[in-house]
Amino acid sequence: MAFYQQEIECMPREELRKLQSERLCWQVNRMYENVELFRKRMDEKGLKPSDIKGVEDLSKLPFSYKKDLRDYYPYGLFAEPMENIVRVHASSGTTGKKIVVGYTRKDLDDWANGVARMLVAIGEGKDSFAQVSYGYGLFTGGLGAHGGAEKIGATVIPTSAGNTQMQIQTMIDFGSTVLFCTPSYALYLGETVEEMGVKDQLSLRVGVFGAEPWTEDMRHAIEEKLGLKAYDIYGLSEIMGPGVSGECEYQCGMHVWEDMFIPEIIDPETLEVLPYGEKGELVFTTITKEGFPLIRYRTRDICSLNAEPCKCGRTHIRMAKPTGRSDDMLIIRGVNVFPSQVEEVLIKFGTDAGITPNYQIVVDRVNNNDTFDVMVEMSETLFADDVKSIERIEKDLTEQLRSMLGIGAKVHLVNPKSIARSEGKAKRVIDKRKL
Amino acid sequence: MFVKQLSIFVENKQGRLADILDALSKNGVDICALSLADTTDFGVLRIIASQPELAQRVLRDEGVISKTSEVLAVEMNDTPGALSAILRVLDTGNHSVEYMYAFVGQKDNKAIVVIKTENLEDAEKHLTENGIHTIHAENLYRSF
Repeated sequence: MAFYQQEIECMPREELRKLQSERLCWQVNRMYENVELFRKRMDEKGLKPSDIKGVEDLSKLPFSYKKDLRDYYPYGLFAEPMENIVRVHASSGTTGKKIVVGYTRKDLDDWANGVARMLVAIGEGKDSFAQVSYGYGLFTGGLGAHGGAEKIGATVIPTSAGNTQMQIQTMIDFGSTVLFCTPSYALYLGETVEEMGVKDQLSLRVGVFGAEPWTEDMRHAIEEKLGLKAYDIYGLSEIMGPGVSGECEYQCGMHVWEDMFIPEIIDPETLEVLPYGEKGELVFTTITKEGFPLIRYRTRDICSLNAEPCKCGRTHIRMAKPTGRSDDMLIIRGVNVFPSQVEEVLIKFGTDAGITPNYQIVVDRVNNNDTFDVMVEMSETLFADDVKSIERIEKDLTEQLRSMLGIGAKVHLVNPKSIARSEGKAKRVIDKRKL
Repeated sequence: MFVKQLSIFVENKQGRLADILDALSKNGVDICALSLADTTDFGVLRIIASQPELAQRVLRDEGVISKTSEVLAVEMNDTPGALSAILRVLDTGNHSVEYMYAFVGQKDNKAIVVIKTENLEDAEKHLTENGIHTIHAENLYRSF
């Protein structure tokens, strides 16, 4: 059994809790000094940093939300002066509601360690050839995976996303043994490999897939088509990026690196902390992060935690694959989409035309690819005798949605009153994907 | 004199066209001519109906979107070359045809063509000057 940082990964839980307590106190103190919003929220609760003596006091602390990141965009929540920030990342796709996070040199090192631990846990090392097919850029996927693969001494092949034929040729020519990408892209790569009939030329051993929901069926299909073992990795840019947690070889949940992140499960309605094993909303506190720390950040992901010892020997808690969201965010082709963003585009469009368009978002998965359709009810104002001007409406809306969301939606003009309404209110989102 | 045409939005959905035509027939609307422009996503059904105002009311009650517009109707001989002669006249007058559709009338050897141009008045004037006469709406219905 190989470990990257055995002492930490296998630390007895009481010791780990002690470490968390120390680090939590340190974090609360410095954030109270450095982050105005946190200080304000503490003051509102009548809390002083000295009231927090350890993990047992965690539930006293105020929550933080994605909205905070937008309200304090770009640097308002950073806890270090900018001269100590060596990199920023921004949330993928959602240009309308961008969020920015910053990293110090140590943060980048911690992040890479998180990814490295997982890679070693699934049997990778110096002899690995790691093809990173996550997008490089503001998205955390590419550079996050890259940093971890470099840490373990693997040969990193930074292909970034796209150009499927080239990806496969690279896999063959360079002898890639590890593949990083989204699960839907992995499946697409697998299908292309099948079409090209080159499966026997691949050297892939494992795949590390994340950034979007996927099913066990998808896992089996990817494994079959690419001839590798598919592992799940979890992360979010607000907390770090990929590698907040990841599966070990036993694949019985994703180990959350608790020396850096304290996870909690809460009831999203009552906000009470739920015991391990119960399903609820996942909340994270970053206890080592310097540049962009968050206390009790509500991820909106629904899952459960398991603190039972794992066969691999790691003591860090395991989280189940998230099964849903406690808000209305959709993840379409790996991109976060809020129905409110679609509405914003339509309302703006409608105001120009003097109407209030009724719409519905329909998401489905066909041949393992997400489809994204926006139905817009036709109105007398919009309708014209010539086909061209109606087609222009579709085209304009499609373009405006793309620039707001960063991904393509297919706009369909439908009959008035054809979008189902329940109790007078239209159902805005239909997600047919069975995940 | 122009003819009133009804343009109808047809969602691309099985049975939609039949629904629209059913609603019209139930209310005694007689369709003299029709054409269907289609794209992958929707269609525009254009009809010349006996009672355009009634037709529009019926459709509105059914939740169908329609718009009336005016077009030119021209009677021509149902012989080879007759249509191209009309189009040539429009061409010499610099009138582009946005769309058109033709149908065979009840009179022997006569056909009717419905034409949409950007400037109907000028187009009609130009046709008349060249000896091509447009049909009045009431005559159009009578010709069936």
